Amino acid sequence: MATDALAPLATANAPKAKSELMLQRARAARLFLIPMLVALAIVAGWPLLRSIYFSFTDATLNNLYGAEWIGFGNYLRWQVLESGTVRYRGVLADPDWWNAVWNTVRFAFWSVFWETILGMIVALVLNAEFKGRGIVRAAILIPWAIPTIVSARMWSWMLNDQFGIINDLGMKLGLLAAPVAWTASADTAMTAVLIVDIWKTTPFMALLILAGLQMIPRDIYEAAEIDGVHPVKQFFRITLPLVRPALMVAIIFRVLDALRIFDLIYVLTPNSSATKTMSVLAQENLFQFNNFAEGSTQSTLLFLMIAIFTVLYIWIGKVNFDGGDR
Amino acid sequence: MGATFDLWKTTKTVLFYALVVVIVVVSVFPFYYAILTSLKSGTDLFRVTYWPTSFSLDNFRQVFTQGEFPRNLLNSVFVASVTVILALFLAITASFALSRVRFRGRSLLLMTILAVSMFPQIAVLAGLFEVIRFLGIYNTPWALIFAYTIFTLPFTVWVLTTFMRDLPIEIEEAAIVDGATPWVIITKVFMPLMWPALVTTGLLAFIAAWNEFLFALTFTVSNQTRTVPVAIALLSGGSQYEIPWGIIMAASVIVTVPLVALVLIFQRKIVSGLTAGGVKG
Repeated sequence: MATDALAPLATANAPKAKSELMLQRARAARLFLIPMLVALAIVAGWPLLRSIYFSFTDATLNNLYGAEWIGFGNYLRWQVLESGTVRYRGVLADPDWWNAVWNTVRFAFWSVFWETILGMIVALVLNAEFKGRGIVRAAILIPWAIPTIVSARMWSWMLNDQFGIINDLGMKLGLLAAPVAWTASADTAMTAVLIVDIWKTTPFMALLILAGLQMIPRDIYEAAEIDGVHPVKQFFRITLPLVRPALMVAIIFRVLDALRIFDLIYVLTPNSSATKTMSVLAQENLFQFNNFAEGSTQSTLLFLMIAIFTVLYIWIGKVNFDGGDR
Repeated sequence: MGATFDLWKTTKTVLFYALVVVIVVVSVFPFYYAILTSLKSGTDLFRVTYWPTSFSLDNFRQVFTQGEFPRNLLNSVFVASVTVILALFLAITASFALSRVRFRGRSLLLMTILAVSMFPQIAVLAGLFEVIRFLGIYNTPWALIFAYTIFTLPFTVWVLTTFMRDLPIEIEEAAIVDGATPWVIITKVFMPLMWPALVTTGLLAFIAAWNEFLFALTFTVSNQTRTVPVAIALLSGGSQYEIPWGIIMAASVIVTVPLVALVLIFQRKIVSGLTAGGVKG
């Protein structure tokens, strides 16, 4: 192990001294990592394993330790009735669960879709040189800095059906014929959630894309300019391919974040089946409806879905997080 | 010909600045409107206005005198500060090992840390609840400090690792030649260079802890132990038709103004902290 520790120093020192130094550094490294690893094991590793374990038991909120192993029963179980028909039970046969899956996927897709497009536009604007760029950058940091709960409540006031400014504005501009009950009506609840999420997270997307844009050398554009390449073509042939790595990382960060969404939906559209996501459903089952085992099953399924998605995305998209070696 | 060219150029400039104005207005308006609402009282609240019409501090007075809001604020400050200190303390030494010493499995370890910071918090909720009850810290601020480590620690380790990787090797070589141990290198050589990075990471972790909702909602149950986001989410009137919008907006403004101020002061550092690690590929 650690034969190449401190490789950059290899040429500077005699072989014997080097190996001692290497050993000392490797020992120190191990010591330095232990507290963090122990902490992560206690707050992440062990709870994750226990949550998965609970999904295979009949645990309830008040009886965690007396829980008995029931196998895949929480996921899917069936019963053959006397008449010969088979009745399925469990999370995988639960329409509420599939509704939540559909809501989550729909939310994740549309929010990230719009955040990518709008984030790209904002990033391109910020990448241009103009008077007042500092003001724009400061302004877009404000939605990012506002706590999600606060923005949910701010927007639910703005989207209020009777006294909301959005309805007022929409009617003054002639865009709305009558006031809309944005958060209460099942038809518009998802749109309302999407508006708030896009407003809040586009800045993050824009900043990540901007960091990618700023790494593109300016002389490429100068060369394209001399060759008379149209700006639109420049964007698709130069900017987009070169910013792609940054974009791919930004998108996966956002998708993973969107798939686990809880707070915004919990506060903006409480109890609406049109927006209830997997996280919301699982939390309610775990701690409010006393379906602890079922909630654990749902959270395990969400974890599994996100894990599979991440692996596929990194594998197919060849995303490079550039974490370890240079 | 020259005239049309100028016209096109002018149109382009106008359109560009129109876009800039739209971006700024859309970003700032909701917060501006919250401030506007928080300063209204009585029936004024239910009249839509776009400019300030009245100036009343009634809502702010009520936030501080009714209910447990001051207590909630203190809880939030305490939880977020202790979480950050703990995360930074554990992260500094760990990121030294991850950034400056080569060992087998380092990339895998880094990817695992990144994965922990990205995985859904709901997946550990049941197990974390069990651990927290076992430790006897349910419904105390310590439950939240404990739980928040799950996202602040991986994040701080990840960002500090990318910062430390970029420190020049010569500094370290010089220290090693002088006989410095890794511990001395961290505390005496790197720490003074790391202050900007520590401030940035600490600030971002603080914001994340300050804003957290799922754990706070699940692991605290009484008004006295709640943090601000839960308190604001659960602020309600006598019935669902009497939501106290003025008070909610006042509370929202109170918890947001310090954050917005901090973010604007540390703008550049925050942007570099957010993008560090993620987009180098």
